[in-house]
Amino acid sequence: MSAHRVWRFDSDIDTDVLAPGAYMKLPVEAIAPHCLESVRPEFAAGVRPGDVVAAGPNFGIGSSREQAAAVLVHLGLRAVIAPSFSGLFFRNAFNLGLLLLTAPEAQTLREGEPITLDLQALRITSADGRILTCAPVPGFLLDMVAAGGLLNQLRKKMEPKP
Amino acid sequence: MTPTAPPPRTLAQKLIARAAGKQRVAVGEIVNCKVDLAMFHDSSGPRRLKPMLDALGATIWDKSKVVLVMDHYVPEQDDDARRIVRIARDWAREQQLPHVYDSIGICHVVLPQKGHIRPGMFCVGGDSHSPTGGAFGAYMFGIGSTEMLGVMVTGELWVRVPQTLRMHWRNRLCAGLSAKDMALHMIARFGMNGADYQAVEFCGSAVQALSMAERMTLSNMSAEMGAQAGLIAPDQTTLDWLASCGGADAPTGQWHSDDGAESIEHAFDAAALAPQVAAPHSPANTRSVQDYAGVRVDVAYIGACTGAKLDDLRAAAQVLRGRRAAAGVRLLVAPASAQDQQAAQDEGVLQVLLDAGAELLSTGCGACAGYGGVMPAGANVVSTTARNFQGRMGPASTQVYLASPYTVAASALRGSISDPREVLA
Repeated sequence: MSAHRVWRFDSDIDTDVLAPGAYMKLPVEAIAPHCLESVRPEFAAGVRPGDVVAAGPNFGIGSSREQAAAVLVHLGLRAVIAPSFSGLFFRNAFNLGLLLLTAPEAQTLREGEPITLDLQALRITSADGRILTCAPVPGFLLDMVAAGGLLNQLRKKMEPKP
Repeated sequence: MTPTAPPPRTLAQKLIARAAGKQRVAVGEIVNCKVDLAMFHDSSGPRRLKPMLDALGATIWDKSKVVLVMDHYVPEQDDDARRIVRIARDWAREQQLPHVYDSIGICHVVLPQKGHIRPGMFCVGGDSHSPTGGAFGAYMFGIGSTEMLGVMVTGELWVRVPQTLRMHWRNRLCAGLSAKDMALHMIARFGMNGADYQAVEFCGSAVQALSMAERMTLSNMSAEMGAQAGLIAPDQTTLDWLASCGGADAPTGQWHSDDGAESIEHAFDAAALAPQVAAPHSPANTRSVQDYAGVRVDVAYIGACTGAKLDDLRAAAQVLRGRRAAAGVRLLVAPASAQDQQAAQDEGVLQVLLDAGAELLSTGCGACAGYGGVMPAGANVVSTTARNFQGRMGPASTQVYLASPYTVAASALRGSISDPREVLA
């Protein structure tokens, strides 16, 4: 169990809002300050490691650019909670070690409220004690998050055996 | 005793089963698939893959199955673009990649024009519009760079066997309408994520009547519905394309959904469809053209993999022949590939567009990729591209309307969003 502060966003948050095209030539650390700036200019500067984003349906729609997930990892986000995600963004997030939780009631979470995450049971507890259940996540994807992403998993696999 | 017939399967199930080396796969099952082809471009590819491959000390599993297309940052506009494209060129040389296409067009168009996509294949692309390959009866979808790294190292990746949503289009499109109108209409009906990462299959007489280029537009924009793949069963039209680009004989017989295969069917009447326009800032924000008729147009953009292939340029020329764009409208044309541009020139189509006042831009992703911020602030743009997110093709104040090449041309002609059927009549 761990505690996390919520940032609330609307539905249809797209990849171009997460990683704006004008900065796509730059490395992830230079895109990160512009993450979500067109909808919440204070987000990138205000987010603290361990915070979570709770949003409406269709989070991450649009481009295949994985910088859209990489900037959230770079900013230290613990998880994104939404009723639904773009399938392509979903794959990218887990490949980069970012946990996505599919929770139908994600939008009942409030801006700034502290929530707790139970990763064993995939359950969210809101500040007022409500329990939000999340759709199951395949074990191999949870392993990917625990490893910090696919690159780390491949690195481990390719290490010479002692 | 007669042997029991095997249960019917969808095209998606057949394609995934083959790649997974299984007799059959069930919807919802997660399987590992062997990749027949992996495509990436200058933005998603070398600049991100090279450092990760170097860090792992890994090599590419099979270079003959890799295609690199330089299309996003070419021609190079600044030092950052020059750096990114140089990384791609240097790495292609260093790796001795056998299939590299530099500045000859947009990846989703170049790939089939060079005969790389054939029915039955399982392919991935480092770009969200990779479902374009589905127009050829291949299972193709977009992945990010880290996942592409996994493919480069192992030649495999996982997939959850999707349900199939069959989009059945009966009758035929009327004159002045195109696959773009069909795509926008479906996106409006189902929403940007309505396909929930399942497979979409386009079928019916209106789909069968489409050229390969038009089918590619449909498959491409299945991404805008949130589908993983956008499939079309191959037929004689497919075989004719493959023959024309030197593709080997491709058996098409088995690559279709069996009768009775479990799927969700949605019916559409192509003959009843009016030209469609997606207003800012979402492709799902689509209505019939008359709902937006009269909106002032500052820029008319004919470009992108879904809007500037030869068939699209012909459509625009049909509207603009012998006419000129309205005063005050910038008409921009960025052909989807060098091959399309050459063909348009040979046919006289390009001259029609130039005579109408068009400015010819380089082939490539251009303004559509949204990396340049090309469109002016506050401008109303009507565009043949696939995506009109806020801030994508220009500053946040730029208003982008998506439409077919017929509608974009008609709107350029009149200086406001217009129904092309009125102009063609």
